Amino acid sequence: MADNIIRIEKVTKQFAGGAKAVDDAQFNVERGEFFSLLGPSGCGKTTLLRMIAGFEFPTAGEIYIDNQPSALIPAYQRPTNMVFQSYAIFPHLNVFDNIAYGLRKSGLSGGELKRRVNEALGMIKLDGFGARRGDQLSGGQRQRVALARALVKRPKVLLLDEPLGALDKKLREEMQIELRQLQKSVGITFVFVTHDQEEALSMSDRIAVMVKGKVLQIAPPQELYEAPGNVEVASFIGSINLIDVTVKSVGAGEAVLDGAGFGQLRARAIDDLKAGEKLVAAVRPEKLALVSSRPGSGSFVEGTVKASAYLGDRSHYHVFVKGRTTPIYVAAQNAERALTGGFDTTKSVYVTWDWQSLILLRR
Amino acid sequence: MSAKPAHAPARMGDPGSGLKLFAIAYLIFIYGPVLFLPLFSFNDSIFVAFPLKSFTTKWYEQAFADEKMIGALISSLQVGGIVAVVSTVLGMFGAKAVTRYQIPGQGLITATIMLPLFIPEIILGISLLILINSVGISLSLITVTIGHIMLCTPFAMAVLSSRLHGFDRSLEEASMDLGETPWMTFWRVTFPLAAPGIVSSLLLTFIVSFDEFLLSFFLAGQEPTLPVYIWSQLRFPNKLPSVLALGALILIASCVLVVVAEWVRQLGTSEQKVGV
Repeated sequence: MADNIIRIEKVTKQFAGGAKAVDDAQFNVERGEFFSLLGPSGCGKTTLLRMIAGFEFPTAGEIYIDNQPSALIPAYQRPTNMVFQSYAIFPHLNVFDNIAYGLRKSGLSGGELKRRVNEALGMIKLDGFGARRGDQLSGGQRQRVALARALVKRPKVLLLDEPLGALDKKLREEMQIELRQLQKSVGITFVFVTHDQEEALSMSDRIAVMVKGKVLQIAPPQELYEAPGNVEVASFIGSINLIDVTVKSVGAGEAVLDGAGFGQLRARAIDDLKAGEKLVAAVRPEKLALVSSRPGSGSFVEGTVKASAYLGDRSHYHVFVKGRTTPIYVAAQNAERALTGGFDTTKSVYVTWDWQSLILLRR
Repeated sequence: MSAKPAHAPARMGDPGSGLKLFAIAYLIFIYGPVLFLPLFSFNDSIFVAFPLKSFTTKWYEQAFADEKMIGALISSLQVGGIVAVVSTVLGMFGAKAVTRYQIPGQGLITATIMLPLFIPEIILGISLLILINSVGISLSLITVTIGHIMLCTPFAMAVLSSRLHGFDRSLEEASMDLGETPWMTFWRVTFPLAAPGIVSSLLLTFIVSFDEFLLSFFLAGQEPTLPVYIWSQLRFPNKLPSVLALGALILIASCVLVVVAEWVRQLGTSEQKVGV
């Protein structure tokens, strides 16, 4: 059995108004893992994080932290520390005293306290900033101080509530890499809340996707993107084309389908497929290609380009296919250098793909 | 400026000698009468009237020699001090409750706490008097103090809740997250951050209590507070100048207090921007 630092057992949080912020969540976080809770705002991810921190208490279920039932233990008795979205740097204390705050509580003082704080300042590359006040720091520096203040306590789990949300794009990307490296070097379990899917994909070992209080899927980034468990996850992560299909026949690891406007389609079979079953076939825009002449073989569909957008490294096309109300979305890499080009909107084009990139999903 | 005289009046102009005049008249109206206090306190005559006679400090000597008046002053200071501390503590509880927790019926609770601000003091005074008499407690400075606490707590709560509203509540959560108990979090985070609000609440409630006449008049019994004592002395013309002398001193003290309170408050607001 894996070494789980956190076990969320059937946790539900219902607020006084009646809405379930978190609905029957059930998952484990492994020791040393970078685990992300990803979802749109209001999906309950922050509530779940605050329950792990001890600021909210579940209405049902149990939370085990390092095998201790912890659901009702207050925040100040938990081996977790948090980096707040607002950073919550104490404005009446300087950087040194901010970082020393939790250590002083643990009874550290004098040389040992100084050593630990300076070590933490070194870790976040803010040596010599100890005497600065919060208002003399930039956003990025405040974020680092919040990080150091939490990590210096050597928590079993570090909880991060959208810590990069307030930073500008460039700094955010730098911090993503830095945070990931830091997590690896300190070896502490991170539970990271974000609504930014790219951020979650690029940093996490595993991601839990939450929508409307429910955990829909937990998987490593690549699996989440390439093998989403259901339509909701597939459409939340990245963009995707959805095709309603009916199963015609099931062969060895392969299914033949009938898709609206697509005629006969091939896809990898999933478990328990039956002929006549109605499903959704999904395919990512970048798995599709556009050609102007009819391919001799393979999977393709005929259509016309309705709209296109040139984005430099790639181009996006909306292709209209007869029998479909929504266009097919194609993202093509501009691999070859060309000053002109694009597709004639009056002529037929062909959208092609490798049959194995179709994902079959149940509604 | 003089290069463009045509545009100047439209932009900054002279928003009016009229307004200026109004402001001056207003200031005279408000502060003129108050300034007679120190003026006549140095006038060598028991009649508070022009023309002024010669300069004297004997009213001040007389004021300090008047044991009853000094006793009343001390009573007022004692009551004011206790009222300031107690109502600020109560106000802090109230402010923390309404700003930090979701309580059912919160609006009603806040309204109930704030209500004494809107009830005419004479009604408050009479009803407290009836209550205290029917319970059988004898009137004393203690009953005055109780009445003043009731009156001052809403002031304290108003000042403190606006202060607590102002700062990020995740600061307190951060403290608890770092291992501090709610009690120590209050002392290590909430208290220092609310300190400017606490100071202004202490000053404000002290002044309200020190100044208060009606409730004290109803509830004081044999030990008058200063305003009650002064009022009782107005019948004796020869006492009036020493009342003026004491009044002048209190006026100066109040001015200092108000300036200090405002200074502390502004210190707090400029620091506040750092917090959030």
